Amino acid sequence: MSDLLDFTFADARKKLAAKDFSAVELTQAYLDAIDAGRGLNAYVLETPEIALERAAASDQRIASGEAGALEGLPLGVKDLFCTEGVRTTACSKILGDFTPPYESAVTERMRAAGAVMLGKLNNDEFAMGSSNESSCFGTPVNPWRKTGSDAALVAGGSSGGSAAAVAARLCLGATATDTGGSIRQPAAFTGTVGIKPTYGRCSRWGIVAFASSLDQAGPIARDVRDAAILLSAMSGHDPRDSTSVEREVPDFEAAVGRSVKGLKIGLPKEYRVDGMPGEIEALWEQGAAWLRAAGAEVVEVSLPHTKYALPAYYIVAPAEASSNLARYDGVRYGLRAPGRDIVEMYEKTRAAGFGDEVRRRIMIGTYVLSAGYYDAYYVRAQKVRTLIKRDFETVFADGVDAILTPATPSAAFGIGENANASPVEMYLNDVFTVTVNMAGLPGVAVPAGKSADGLPLALQLIGRPFDEETLFSTAAVIEDAAGGGFTPERWW
Amino acid sequence: MSVDESTVRRVAKLARIAVEDHEVAKLKGELDAILAFVEELSELDVDGVEPMTGVTPVSIRLREDVVTDGENAERVLRNAPAREGDFFVVPKVVE
Repeated sequence: MSDLLDFTFADARKKLAAKDFSAVELTQAYLDAIDAGRGLNAYVLETPEIALERAAASDQRIASGEAGALEGLPLGVKDLFCTEGVRTTACSKILGDFTPPYESAVTERMRAAGAVMLGKLNNDEFAMGSSNESSCFGTPVNPWRKTGSDAALVAGGSSGGSAAAVAARLCLGATATDTGGSIRQPAAFTGTVGIKPTYGRCSRWGIVAFASSLDQAGPIARDVRDAAILLSAMSGHDPRDSTSVEREVPDFEAAVGRSVKGLKIGLPKEYRVDGMPGEIEALWEQGAAWLRAAGAEVVEVSLPHTKYALPAYYIVAPAEASSNLARYDGVRYGLRAPGRDIVEMYEKTRAAGFGDEVRRRIMIGTYVLSAGYYDAYYVRAQKVRTLIKRDFETVFADGVDAILTPATPSAAFGIGENANASPVEMYLNDVFTVTVNMAGLPGVAVPAGKSADGLPLALQLIGRPFDEETLFSTAAVIEDAAGGGFTPERWW
Repeated sequence: MSVDESTVRRVAKLARIAVEDHEVAKLKGELDAILAFVEELSELDVDGVEPMTGVTPVSIRLREDVVTDGENAERVLRNAPAREGDFFVVPKVVE
């Protein structure tokens, strides 16, 4: 029954309700796919017993007419979300075999809505990276390959496992997190749909923290409708996260298919960066043309502080990370390396437990927060952040409903291809996505075309705070116009 | 702005990460590159701009000042690398 994998969740939901197949059968199909797709290294922990047990419970609820919004959905969970009784590592050696005694707020909500956890998905260590090459479990492989090549490509990062698993149909949807582009960039690299909602929409409680003022959870899904269904179930107020907003969660799915006629879409001129590949520029123009054809008005806008977003991010995010990651001291959980005294134990534990990129960011963060540099770096970066947010506020105040940009400066690259690139060169992957986190706005990546090599390329839509609905409506127009073809040919 | 090797060692000490002698030069190069990258921010005039500390203008909510948690020693200690009874074990801290 491998065709069970062909259904989106919106379709599978109908079939489950009609009892065309059971949640257990659907789950088993995905467990078999995971088995066959192990070479992609998308999962870092498989939980088939939990999956089958929860699927059986789903079947009971479906039979008794108590199906939740995600009933029977085979879900992959990024290993950054704490899962009760199931190892959670953030793909770092320092967490060892940490087994949380609690469940993250987001996965708790999804479970209550009937989602069936298949296992934990690979990510960059502590979500720091854009290629998932910093995971202590190795790099997940993108199910897409260049035409005529069998070279392994990255699935993006940090949510590379989530994106690879959704694209390769090793789950029907996945949780992910986004601090500077970690949902949208891997979605773009794999032909999937990923949305980072407005900061505060999803509770951060129980998610391993990277940079708390930037981190947000969101889904990676097969299409726009599934992403909308997933996000509605993930969102909502949680008193355990003081930045979680008390706001009603709309039925995001209802926004899919809504007309974009009369909407004003902005194209920020500062996103035409030097050296932008022609095919990315053409894709962007194509997206604008599709929206115009659907009745939207497309205007050029200016976000003058765009070029400062990435440098400001690389102060703010490491500063917050250095503070958040201070908790990994070898005392309460995770790895411990012995030392003659307690300080030596801390230092050796942290040296052995953190990978290179994490160590680098902790050190930068420590430096910019240290006496004498705090104002020059950290406070200045926070001020720049205010200016970036103001840019967006000005554009939205002028009546722009959403902003259209490329999602990434290139298609997926090869695993190891950037091994000799400097950290800064790798950071440029996030040039189009990071502004959204700095301003706390919602952003969605939707597949829109292919590179000359046959790899998926995506566009990004950025919305007003808490107006994810406009993003879903607009992304659906692009998805329809692009006409599909974003399922990789199976080679694994 | 660039850092010298003693600064690298000082930052590593502050961050409580042991750094081997042979790693210092490489780390210095990497930190310099990142600091050079963020140097661009200094060309902006940020006088009078409020630093942004949070995204949403939320006021901190208050709750009743009552005990809501506790008596969970087993759950708290379950992941401890070293424990004795209901305590975490660490190397001697005071002489």
